[in-house]
Amino acid sequence: MSVITLTINGELVSARSGQSLLEAIRDQGISLPTLCYLDGLSTRGGCRLCLVEISGQARLQPACTTTAGEGMVVVTHNDKINRYRKMILELTFAERNHTCAVCVSNEHCELQTLAAELGMDHVRYDYLNPQLGIDISHEKYGVDHNRCILCLRCVRVCDEVEGAHTWDVRHRGIASRVITDLNRPWGESESCTECGKCVEVCPTGALFDKGMSVGEMKKKTNFLRRILDGREKNQWNR
Amino acid sequence: MAETVKKIRLATVWLGGCSGCHMSLLDLDEALIDLLTRADLVYGPLVDAKKYPEDVDICLVEGAVTNVENLELARHIRTNTRTVISFGDCAVTGNVTSMRNRIPVSDLLNAVYHEVSAPIGPEALKVLPALLKKVIPLHQAIKVDLFLPGCPPHPERIAAVLQALVNGDDVDLPADMRTFG
Repeated sequence: MSVITLTINGELVSARSGQSLLEAIRDQGISLPTLCYLDGLSTRGGCRLCLVEISGQARLQPACTTTAGEGMVVVTHNDKINRYRKMILELTFAERNHTCAVCVSNEHCELQTLAAELGMDHVRYDYLNPQLGIDISHEKYGVDHNRCILCLRCVRVCDEVEGAHTWDVRHRGIASRVITDLNRPWGESESCTECGKCVEVCPTGALFDKGMSVGEMKKKTNFLRRILDGREKNQWNR
Repeated sequence: MAETVKKIRLATVWLGGCSGCHMSLLDLDEALIDLLTRADLVYGPLVDAKKYPEDVDICLVEGAVTNVENLELARHIRTNTRTVISFGDCAVTGNVTSMRNRIPVSDLLNAVYHEVSAPIGPEALKVLPALLKKVIPLHQAIKVDLFLPGCPPHPERIAAVLQALVNGDDVDLPADMRTFG
Protein backbone atom coordinates (compact mmCIF):
# COMPACT_ATOMS: atom_id res chain seq x y z
CA MET A 1 0.00 0.00 0.00
CA SER A 2 1.60 3.25 -1.07
CA VAL A 3 1.14 6.37 0.94
CA ILE A 4 0.71 9.91 -0.34
CA THR A 5 1.12 13.23 1.44
CA LEU A 6 -1.21 16.18 1.17
CA THR A 7 -2.11 19.34 3.08
CA ILE A 8 -5.55 19.59 4.69
CA ASN A 9 -6.43 22.86 6.41
CA GLY A 10 -2.77 23.77 6.70
CA GLU A 11 -1.71 20.43 8.24
CA LEU A 12 0.56 18.03 6.40
CA VAL A 13 -1.16 14.63 6.50
CA SER A 14 -0.77 11.24 4.85
CA ALA A 15 -3.41 9.18 3.05
CA ARG A 16 -3.56 5.89 1.23
CA SER A 17 -2.95 6.11 -2.48
CA GLY A 18 -6.25 5.84 -4.36
CA GLN A 19 -8.30 6.95 -1.37
CA SER A 20 -11.02 9.52 -1.98
CA LEU A 21 -10.47 13.00 -0.65
CA LEU A 22 -13.55 12.60 1.54
CA GLU A 23 -12.11 9.52 3.24
CA ALA A 24 -8.72 11.17 3.64
CA ILE A 25 -10.36 14.22 5.25
CA ARG A 26 -12.57 12.18 7.56
CA ASP A 27 -9.59 10.01 8.56
CA GLN A 28 -8.15 13.19 10.07
CA GLY A 29 -11.18 13.50 12.32
CA ILE A 30 -12.53 16.46 10.35
CA SER A 31 -16.29 16.37 9.99
CA LEU A 32 -17.42 16.98 6.44
CA PRO A 33 -21.17 17.01 5.76
CA THR A 34 -22.63 14.62 3.16
CA LEU A 35 -26.10 13.45 2.17
CA CYS A 36 -25.71 11.40 -1.03
CA TYR A 37 -22.52 9.65 0.11
CA LEU A 38 -22.85 6.34 1.93
CA ASP A 39 -20.00 4.00 2.81
CA GLY A 40 -20.43 0.90 0.63
CA LEU A 41 -22.11 2.60 -2.33
CA SER A 42 -20.53 4.18 -5.40
CA THR A 43 -19.96 7.92 -5.15
CA ARG A 44 -21.83 10.42 -7.32
CA GLY A 45 -21.10 13.95 -6.03
CA GLY A 46 -24.80 14.74 -6.15
CA CYS A 47 -25.58 16.63 -2.96
CA ARG A 48 -22.52 18.92 -3.23
CA LEU A 49 -22.26 19.29 0.55
CA CYS A 50 -18.70 17.89 0.68
CA LEU A 51 -17.39 20.61 -1.66
CA VAL A 52 -13.83 21.60 -0.76
CA GLU A 53 -11.30 24.10 -2.04
CA ILE A 54 -8.28 22.61 -3.82
CA SER A 55 -5.36 24.93 -4.59
CA GLY A 56 -4.90 25.50 -8.30
CA GLN A 57 -8.51 24.63 -9.15
CA ALA A 58 -10.87 27.48 -9.87
CA ARG A 59 -13.98 25.63 -8.72
CA LEU A 60 -14.87 23.89 -5.51
CA GLN A 61 -14.76 20.09 -5.91
CA PRO A 62 -16.86 17.40 -4.22
CA ALA A 63 -14.47 15.50 -1.94
CA CYS A 64 -16.36 12.21 -2.38
CA THR A 65 -15.65 11.89 -6.12
CA THR A 66 -12.15 13.40 -6.04
CA THR A 67 -9.18 11.10 -5.51
CA ALA A 68 -6.70 12.35 -2.93
CA GLY A 69 -3.54 13.34 -4.76
CA GLU A 70 0.10 13.74 -3.82
CA GLY A 71 0.83 17.34 -2.81
CA MET A 72 -2.79 18.49 -2.90
CA VAL A 73 -3.55 21.54 -0.78
CA VAL A 74 -7.11 21.32 0.49
CA VAL A 75 -9.34 23.59 2.58
CA THR A 76 -12.49 21.97 3.98
CA HIS A 77 -14.10 24.90 5.80
CA ASN A 78 -14.02 28.65 5.24
CA ASP A 79 -16.62 31.41 5.00
CA LYS A 80 -17.31 30.81 1.32
CA ILE A 81 -17.68 27.02 1.61
CA ASN A 82 -19.79 27.30 4.75
CA ARG A 83 -22.05 29.80 2.99
CA TYR A 84 -22.44 27.49 -0.02
CA ARG A 85 -23.28 24.50 2.18
CA LYS A 86 -26.00 26.49 3.90
CA MET A 87 -27.39 27.61 0.55
CA ILE A 88 -27.47 24.01 -0.69
CA LEU A 89 -29.51 22.98 2.34
CA GLU A 90 -31.85 25.96 1.95
CA LEU A 91 -32.46 25.09 -1.70
CA THR A 92 -33.07 21.46 -0.73
CA PHE A 93 -35.70 22.49 1.82
CA ALA A 94 -37.30 24.95 -0.63
CA GLU A 95 -37.52 22.45 -3.47
CA ARG A 96 -39.95 19.96 -1.90
CA ASN A 97 -42.30 19.81 1.06
CA HIS A 98 -40.16 18.86 4.04
CA THR A 99 -42.49 19.46 6.93
CA CYS A 100 -40.33 17.98 9.70
CA ALA A 101 -43.05 18.19 12.35
CA VAL A 102 -45.26 15.67 10.54
CA CYS A 103 -42.57 13.38 9.08
CA VAL A 104 -42.08 9.69 9.88
CA SER A 105 -38.36 10.39 10.25
CA ASN A 106 -38.69 13.44 12.53
CA GLU A 107 -35.69 13.50 14.87
CA HIS A 108 -34.03 10.64 12.94
CA CYS A 109 -33.39 12.48 9.67
CA GLU A 110 -29.99 13.26 8.19
CA LEU A 111 -31.28 16.40 6.44
CA GLN A 112 -32.89 17.75 9.61
CA THR A 113 -29.73 17.05 11.65
CA LEU A 114 -27.42 18.64 9.09
CA ALA A 115 -29.54 21.80 8.90
CA ALA A 116 -29.17 22.25 12.65
CA GLU A 117 -25.47 21.39 12.64
CA LEU A 118 -24.63 23.79 9.82
CA GLY A 119 -26.70 26.58 11.35
CA MET A 120 -29.30 26.72 8.59
CA ASP A 121 -31.94 28.34 10.78
CA HIS A 122 -34.27 29.57 8.02
CA VAL A 123 -34.74 29.37 4.26
CA ARG A 124 -34.21 32.62 2.35
CA TYR A 125 -35.70 31.31 -0.89
CA ASP A 126 -39.35 31.00 -1.81
CA TYR A 127 -40.72 27.56 -1.03
CA LEU A 128 -41.85 25.93 -4.27
CA ASN A 129 -44.59 23.84 -2.60
CA PRO A 130 -44.71 21.35 -5.50
CA GLN A 131 -47.67 19.03 -5.89
CA LEU A 132 -46.09 15.61 -5.28
CA GLY A 133 -47.51 12.20 -4.66
CA ILE A 134 -47.05 9.37 -2.21
CA ASP A 135 -46.96 5.79 -3.47
CA ILE A 136 -48.12 3.29 -0.86
CA SER A 137 -49.09 0.55 -3.30
CA HIS A 138 -46.36 -1.72 -1.95
CA GLU A 139 -47.39 -4.09 0.80
CA LYS A 140 -44.49 -3.27 3.11
CA TYR A 141 -43.07 0.10 2.11
CA GLY A 142 -44.03 3.57 0.94
CA VAL A 143 -42.36 6.40 -0.96
CA ASP A 144 -43.17 10.04 -0.19
CA HIS A 145 -41.76 12.24 -2.96
CA ASN A 146 -42.37 15.33 -0.83
CA ARG A 147 -39.38 14.34 1.28
CA CYS A 148 -37.05 12.95 -1.41
CA ILE A 149 -33.80 14.88 -1.83
CA LEU A 150 -32.66 12.89 -4.90
CA CYS A 151 -29.55 11.56 -3.17
CA LEU A 152 -30.19 8.35 -5.15
CA ARG A 153 -28.91 6.08 -2.40
CA CYS A 154 -31.99 3.92 -3.08
CA VAL A 155 -31.12 3.63 -6.78
CA ARG A 156 -27.51 2.71 -6.02
CA VAL A 157 -28.14 0.22 -3.20
CA CYS A 158 -30.81 -1.55 -5.25
CA ASP A 159 -28.53 -1.82 -8.26
CA GLU A 160 -25.12 -2.29 -6.67
CA VAL A 161 -25.86 -4.35 -3.56
CA GLU A 162 -29.21 -6.05 -4.10
CA GLY A 163 -28.69 -6.40 -7.86
CA ALA A 164 -32.34 -5.76 -8.67
CA HIS A 165 -32.21 -2.21 -10.11
CA THR A 166 -35.86 -1.62 -9.31
CA TRP A 167 -35.22 2.07 -8.64
CA ASP A 168 -34.27 4.62 -11.25
CA VAL A 169 -34.88 8.28 -12.07
CA ARG A 170 -37.22 9.84 -14.57
CA HIS A 171 -37.09 13.40 -15.93
CA ARG A 172 -34.22 15.78 -15.32
CA GLY A 173 -33.19 18.59 -13.01
CA ILE A 174 -35.87 19.85 -10.67
CA ALA A 175 -38.49 17.61 -12.34
CA SER A 176 -36.53 14.44 -11.43
CA ARG A 177 -38.41 11.73 -9.57
CA VAL A 178 -37.27 8.36 -8.29
CA ILE A 179 -39.33 5.62 -9.92
CA THR A 180 -39.79 1.87 -9.63
CA ASP A 181 -39.85 -0.44 -12.67
CA LEU A 182 -40.15 2.07 -15.53
CA ASN A 183 -42.55 4.21 -13.51
CA ARG A 184 -45.03 1.55 -12.43
CA PRO A 185 -46.49 1.68 -8.92
CA TRP A 186 -44.05 0.10 -6.45
CA GLY A 187 -46.62 -2.52 -5.47
CA GLU A 188 -46.77 -3.74 -9.07
CA SER A 189 -42.99 -3.97 -9.47
CA GLU A 190 -41.79 -7.34 -10.72
CA SER A 191 -38.12 -6.67 -10.02
CA CYS A 192 -38.46 -5.54 -6.38
CA THR A 193 -37.28 -8.27 -4.01
CA GLU A 194 -38.83 -6.52 -0.99
CA CYS A 195 -35.43 -6.57 0.72
CA GLY A 196 -35.92 -3.08 2.18
CA LYS A 197 -32.33 -1.92 1.66
CA CYS A 198 -33.54 1.24 -0.08
CA VAL A 199 -35.69 2.13 2.93
CA GLU A 200 -32.81 1.72 5.38
CA VAL A 201 -30.33 3.83 3.40
CA CYS A 202 -32.76 6.69 2.66
CA PRO A 203 -31.50 9.70 4.66
CA THR A 204 -34.94 11.29 5.08
CA GLY A 205 -38.52 10.13 5.49
CA ALA A 206 -38.96 9.67 1.72
CA LEU A 207 -38.82 5.87 1.99
CA PHE A 208 -40.48 4.31 5.00
CA ASP A 209 -41.95 1.14 6.45
CA LYS A 210 -45.73 1.25 6.17
CA GLY A 211 -47.53 1.77 9.45
CA MET A 212 -44.93 4.17 10.82
CA SER A 213 -46.23 7.34 12.43
CA VAL A 214 -44.51 10.70 13.07
CA GLY A 215 -40.95 10.24 14.34
CA GLU A 216 -41.14 6.44 14.40
CA MET A 217 -39.03 5.66 11.33
CA LYS A 218 -35.46 5.06 12.41
CA LYS A 219 -33.03 4.08 9.66
CA LYS A 220 -30.00 1.85 10.13
CA THR A 221 -27.39 2.30 7.43
CA ASN A 222 -24.64 0.28 9.14
CA PHE A 223 -26.08 -3.04 7.85
CA LEU A 224 -24.55 -2.21 4.47
CA ARG A 225 -20.94 -2.45 5.63
CA ARG A 226 -21.70 -5.76 7.36
CA ILE A 227 -23.22 -7.25 4.21
CA LEU A 228 -20.39 -6.06 1.97
CA ASP A 229 -17.63 -7.18 4.37
CA GLY A 230 -19.30 -10.57 4.72
CA ARG A 231 -19.37 -10.96 0.96
CA GLU A 232 -15.73 -10.07 0.67
CA LYS A 233 -14.78 -12.66 3.28
CA ASN A 234 -17.08 -15.22 1.61
CA GLN A 235 -19.04 -15.56 4.83
CA TRP A 236 -22.24 -15.35 2.84
CA ASN A 237 -23.45 -14.47 -0.58
CA ARG A 238 -26.35 -12.07 -0.33
CA MET B 1 -30.35 52.52 47.69
CA ALA B 2 -31.15 49.62 45.40
CA GLU B 3 -30.74 50.42 41.76
CA THR B 4 -33.96 50.04 39.82
CA VAL B 5 -33.42 48.02 36.67
CA LYS B 6 -35.76 48.82 33.82
CA LYS B 7 -37.86 45.78 33.04
CA ILE B 8 -37.81 44.27 29.56
CA ARG B 9 -41.03 44.83 27.62
CA LEU B 10 -41.94 41.38 26.26
CA ALA B 11 -44.80 40.64 23.83
CA THR B 12 -46.09 37.41 22.30
CA VAL B 13 -48.21 37.16 19.18
CA TRP B 14 -50.27 34.32 17.70
CA LEU B 15 -50.53 34.40 13.90
CA GLY B 16 -51.27 31.34 11.73
CA GLY B 17 -50.38 28.61 14.21
CA CYS B 18 -52.06 26.18 16.58
CA SER B 19 -51.00 27.96 19.84
CA GLY B 20 -48.78 24.98 20.66
CA CYS B 21 -45.78 27.32 20.89
CA HIS B 22 -47.62 29.40 23.47
CA MET B 23 -48.44 26.20 25.39
CA SER B 24 -44.73 25.39 25.34
CA LEU B 25 -44.02 28.88 26.68
CA LEU B 26 -46.38 28.18 29.58
CA ASP B 27 -44.46 24.93 30.14
CA LEU B 28 -41.54 27.04 31.36
CA ASP B 29 -43.43 26.62 34.65
CA GLU B 30 -41.59 28.22 37.59
CA ALA B 31 -39.01 29.69 35.21
CA LEU B 32 -41.85 31.98 34.08
CA ILE B 33 -41.92 33.57 37.53
CA ASP B 34 -38.18 34.28 37.35
CA LEU B 35 -38.62 35.64 33.85
CA LEU B 36 -41.42 37.97 34.92
CA THR B 37 -39.25 39.50 37.63
CA ARG B 38 -37.09 40.76 34.76
CA ALA B 39 -39.72 41.33 32.09
CA ASP B 40 -43.26 42.68 31.73
CA LEU B 41 -45.60 40.82 29.41
CA VAL B 42 -47.17 43.77 27.59
CA TYR B 43 -49.14 42.07 24.79
CA GLY B 44 -50.30 38.65 23.60
CA PRO B 45 -53.00 35.98 23.92
CA LEU B 46 -51.99 35.48 27.57
CA VAL B 47 -52.65 39.07 28.66
CA ASP B 48 -55.52 41.50 28.28
CA ALA B 49 -54.15 44.17 25.97
CA LYS B 50 -56.19 45.27 22.97
CA LYS B 51 -53.54 47.07 20.99
CA TYR B 52 -49.94 46.13 20.24
CA PRO B 53 -48.05 48.76 22.26
CA GLU B 54 -45.13 50.93 21.24
CA ASP B 55 -41.54 50.44 22.34
CA VAL B 56 -41.53 46.66 22.80
CA ASP B 57 -38.12 45.10 23.48
CA ILE B 58 -38.74 41.45 22.51
CA CYS B 59 -41.61 39.87 20.62
CA LEU B 60 -42.13 36.12 20.19
CA VAL B 61 -44.17 35.64 17.03
CA GLU B 62 -45.89 32.26 16.76
CA GLY B 63 -47.38 31.15 13.46
CA ALA B 64 -46.96 31.79 9.77
CA VAL B 65 -48.36 34.78 7.89
CA THR B 66 -51.52 33.39 6.35
CA ASN B 67 -53.99 36.30 5.92
CA VAL B 68 -54.03 40.09 5.48
CA GLU B 69 -54.58 40.67 9.19
CA ASN B 70 -51.43 38.66 10.03
CA LEU B 71 -49.49 40.67 7.49
CA GLU B 72 -50.70 44.01 8.88
CA LEU B 73 -49.93 42.97 12.46
CA ALA B 74 -46.49 41.65 11.48
CA ARG B 75 -45.59 45.01 9.95
CA HIS B 76 -46.91 46.84 12.99
CA ILE B 77 -44.83 44.57 15.26
CA ARG B 78 -41.70 45.28 13.24
CA THR B 79 -42.15 49.04 13.56
CA ASN B 80 -42.63 48.87 17.31
CA THR B 81 -40.23 46.12 18.40
CA ARG B 82 -36.46 45.96 18.84
CA THR B 83 -36.01 42.14 18.65
CA VAL B 84 -38.51 40.11 16.64
CA ILE B 85 -38.25 36.34 17.10
CA SER B 86 -39.76 33.75 14.74
CA PHE B 87 -41.19 31.50 17.43
CA GLY B 88 -41.64 27.90 16.28
CA ASP B 89 -41.66 26.12 12.94
CA CYS B 90 -44.77 27.80 11.47
CA ALA B 91 -43.16 31.24 11.83
CA VAL B 92 -39.75 29.92 10.74
CA THR B 93 -40.71 27.66 7.81
CA GLY B 94 -44.48 27.89 7.25
CA ASN B 95 -44.68 24.30 8.54
CA VAL B 96 -48.12 22.67 8.75
CA THR B 97 -49.88 26.01 8.18
CA SER B 98 -48.28 26.24 4.73
CA MET B 99 -49.43 22.78 3.65
CA ARG B 100 -52.43 24.52 2.08
CA ASN B 101 -50.12 26.28 -0.38
CA ARG B 102 -50.67 23.55 -2.94
CA ILE B 103 -54.42 24.22 -2.99
CA PRO B 104 -55.96 27.33 -4.62
CA VAL B 105 -57.56 29.63 -2.02
CA SER B 106 -60.99 29.47 -3.70
CA ASP B 107 -60.99 25.65 -3.46
CA LEU B 108 -60.05 25.84 0.20
CA LEU B 109 -62.81 28.27 1.08
CA ASN B 110 -65.35 26.24 -0.88
CA ALA B 111 -64.34 23.05 0.90
CA VAL B 112 -64.55 24.60 4.37
CA TYR B 113 -67.46 27.08 4.14
CA HIS B 114 -69.69 25.94 1.25
CA GLU B 115 -69.48 22.22 0.56
CA VAL B 116 -69.83 20.86 4.08
CA SER B 117 -72.23 21.82 6.82
CA ALA B 118 -69.97 23.77 9.15
CA PRO B 119 -71.11 25.68 12.27
CA ILE B 120 -70.07 28.85 10.47
CA GLY B 121 -71.16 28.97 6.83
CA PRO B 122 -70.53 31.25 3.86
CA GLU B 123 -71.51 34.34 5.89
CA ALA B 124 -68.17 34.02 7.71
CA LEU B 125 -66.30 34.95 4.57
CA LYS B 126 -67.70 38.49 4.81
CA VAL B 127 -66.02 39.11 8.18
CA LEU B 128 -62.95 36.87 8.13
CA PRO B 129 -59.70 38.47 6.96
CA ALA B 130 -58.85 37.52 3.37
CA LEU B 131 -56.37 34.65 3.01
CA LEU B 132 -53.10 35.32 1.27
CA LYS B 133 -52.58 33.31 -1.90
CA LYS B 134 -49.73 31.53 -0.17
CA VAL B 135 -48.80 31.13 3.48
CA ILE B 136 -45.34 32.63 4.06
CA PRO B 137 -42.84 32.32 6.90
CA LEU B 138 -42.51 35.48 8.99
CA HIS B 139 -39.12 36.49 7.56
CA GLN B 140 -40.68 36.78 4.10
CA ALA B 141 -43.06 39.43 5.46
CA ILE B 142 -40.77 41.39 7.80
CA LYS B 143 -37.14 41.37 8.93
CA VAL B 144 -36.65 38.80 11.67
CA ASP B 145 -33.83 39.02 14.22
CA LEU B 146 -33.84 35.50 15.65
CA PHE B 147 -35.14 32.07 14.74
CA LEU B 148 -36.38 29.70 17.44
CA PRO B 149 -37.38 26.46 15.67
CA GLY B 150 -39.35 23.47 16.90
CA CYS B 151 -42.90 22.20 16.68
CA PRO B 152 -43.37 23.35 19.32
CA PRO B 153 -39.98 24.65 20.54
CA HIS B 154 -39.10 22.78 23.73
CA PRO B 155 -39.40 24.98 26.86
CA GLU B 156 -35.63 24.55 27.35
CA ARG B 157 -35.01 26.31 24.03
CA ILE B 158 -37.40 29.13 24.88
CA ALA B 159 -35.80 29.58 28.29
CA ALA B 160 -32.28 29.61 26.80
CA VAL B 161 -33.22 32.28 24.24
CA LEU B 162 -35.16 34.51 26.63
CA GLN B 163 -32.56 34.24 29.38
CA ALA B 164 -29.78 35.26 27.01
CA LEU B 165 -31.78 38.20 25.67
CA VAL B 166 -32.87 39.41 29.10
CA ASN B 167 -29.23 39.27 30.26
CA GLY B 168 -28.14 41.14 27.15
CA ASP B 169 -26.06 38.16 25.94
CA ASP B 170 -25.74 36.76 22.42
CA VAL B 171 -28.10 33.88 21.68
CA ASP B 172 -26.03 30.81 20.81
CA LEU B 173 -28.09 27.62 20.93
CA PRO B 174 -26.29 24.27 20.54
CA ALA B 175 -27.12 22.26 17.38
CA ASP B 176 -29.55 19.89 19.13
CA MET B 177 -31.63 22.90 20.21
CA ARG B 178 -31.82 24.28 16.68
CA THR B 179 -33.63 21.44 14.92
CA PHE B 180 -36.90 21.85 13.06
CA GLY B 181 -39.78 19.55 13.94
